[in-house]
Amino acid sequence: MFGAFLVTTAVLVAITAPYLSPYDPSEVIRDANGRGMTFAPPSVHPPLGTDDAGRDVFTQLVHGARISLLVGFMAGAIAMFVGSLLGILAGYFGGAVDTLLMRVTDILLVIPDLPLMIIMVATVRNMELHISPLAVLVLVIGLLYWTSSARLIRSQVLTIKERQFVARARAIGAGHAHIIRKHILPQIMPLIVANTVLILSTAILVESGLAFLGLGDPTQPSWGTMLNFAFSRNAITNGAWWFYLPPGLAIVWVTLGCVLVGNVLEETLNPRLAIHHLEDESRMVARRPEAPDSG
Amino acid sequence: MAESPLLSVRHLSVDFLMQDGQKGHALEDVSFDILQGHTLGLVGESGCGKTTTLMAIMRLLPASARITTGQVNYNGQDLLSLSERQMRDFRWKEMSIVFQGAMNALNPVMRIDEQIREPILLHHLMTSSQAAGRVGELMELVGIPKERASQYPHEYSGGMRQRAMIALALACSPSLLFADEPTTALDVMIQAQVLELLKGIQEKLGLAIVLVTHDLGVVAEVCDSVAVMYGGKVAESGSIDSIYNTPQHPYTERLLQSFPDLNRPAGDLASIPGTPPRVTDLPPGCRFEPRCYKRIEICATTAPPMLETSPGHRAACHLCRGPVSSY
Repeated sequence: MFGAFLVTTAVLVAITAPYLSPYDPSEVIRDANGRGMTFAPPSVHPPLGTDDAGRDVFTQLVHGARISLLVGFMAGAIAMFVGSLLGILAGYFGGAVDTLLMRVTDILLVIPDLPLMIIMVATVRNMELHISPLAVLVLVIGLLYWTSSARLIRSQVLTIKERQFVARARAIGAGHAHIIRKHILPQIMPLIVANTVLILSTAILVESGLAFLGLGDPTQPSWGTMLNFAFSRNAITNGAWWFYLPPGLAIVWVTLGCVLVGNVLEETLNPRLAIHHLEDESRMVARRPEAPDSG
Repeated sequence: MAESPLLSVRHLSVDFLMQDGQKGHALEDVSFDILQGHTLGLVGESGCGKTTTLMAIMRLLPASARITTGQVNYNGQDLLSLSERQMRDFRWKEMSIVFQGAMNALNPVMRIDEQIREPILLHHLMTSSQAAGRVGELMELVGIPKERASQYPHEYSGGMRQRAMIALALACSPSLLFADEPTTALDVMIQAQVLELLKGIQEKLGLAIVLVTHDLGVVAEVCDSVAVMYGGKVAESGSIDSIYNTPQHPYTERLLQSFPDLNRPAGDLASIPGTPPRVTDLPPGCRFEPRCYKRIEICATTAPPMLETSPGHRAACHLCRGPVSSY
């Protein structure tokens, strides 16, 4: 519930960003004398203070929500799509297909993500393909973060395809596409949904990380980009906590929300997760009455 | 010449490749015929290849299994030479299966009517509105009230699930129905009802049925002919009367004696000591030799040929006399 509240508010803020703040994110706020207010502390106006160039932090924060969530959601969606597709193919067809896909997965799992992503983003940018930097981020995150979901879904498909109703589906003359669509997919859909929410939080975190390292789009600042600005423009040494704290907390807000929602979904869709099998035996099996001669 | 059979299986052999690289001979030289509208009982202990035979005919064996030799002729068409695509069109339209354990064979998250409609639409036999009418007919045929058609399998009782499974099997009006232990896991009353239903449907639709079971009572009640399987081979086959009255193979003999007879309830039931051989560790001679009470020297070294002991009655035992069977 709480998780859903966190996620919903963040999404609402992102949608209504232009209405929440009177300023443009790049607009410099001036005092009565017409001088830009740099590093102004939070007050009634501006509510969260200003940054080094005199821009309103609150405005940047709500507009940043759009970028952070958009990149996160799109990257998460791509990751989940690729992960589900490859997981299903590997699990269902098995054999050489499985080996090939899982070795690719292994390789991606073994290479440290962050350096790989930095190199990929930098390389793609150097190629001057005229793709927006945000699209590059979405693709790189989306195409690298499918590995764990692919493995998870593969293992689930492995158990489902051995069930008898799948054999029955083959017996009625169904082809692979039909079996996957009608019999496998509905069974793993709960897993996909729960996993998507968890992947979203990862994608948002990773986007923030990359943007903090300067790989975001400076003209469309996300929360990560804001942190990057705050760091590189000495907000910390200047004591301008209102510049770096809000985007940091916003990231926590959304990722925490996603994780909570994901966990709740997982538990609801798979009630067996709610209790660990070693934890509380009395809740799982009725206790056998003690033998009279014991003790 | 007599009426040509609907399905004739000849010298069908299936090998399984085990995980450790060993080969298991799950079926060897299995042959039998099924006539149009007749019922064949396939009996034997667990693990003797009954289900494997059905799956081999439908070409639904797991990837580790291979059909090594044999022909499966259905209405003059060799099923083993069809492409996978052609075979897919063939399944359910011509032959369908009532699976063992309907709960597992029904998709738990699909409504029953949806599952019955599935093969009809899959084979493009009808439009979806016609199919809905067909589902209604099938439900009526197997005696499931219409208002329960849109329920899920878990809302059905065991007997109803089996009925639904039968309705599903009849969806595309096949000519041949495989019933793989359709009555196991059901209580006696429901068993009787399901058998009654199968018999009624057979009379109405003129289907041929292959009934896989280890219940000889069921076989006696519904089958026209029997094939007794042991260790992946057919031990004896023939009409129901000749098998039950004059069993030739010691295994069949013992099997019949291990079954209670209502007419002389006092007698002790015979049992067959030992267990069926494992497919990786088959005896070199007759498959039944280690457990046979009539074994002679030759049984341990040489597999007996299939002999036709009387017209239509075949047995594979060294003690039998008769011309070598034509198949």
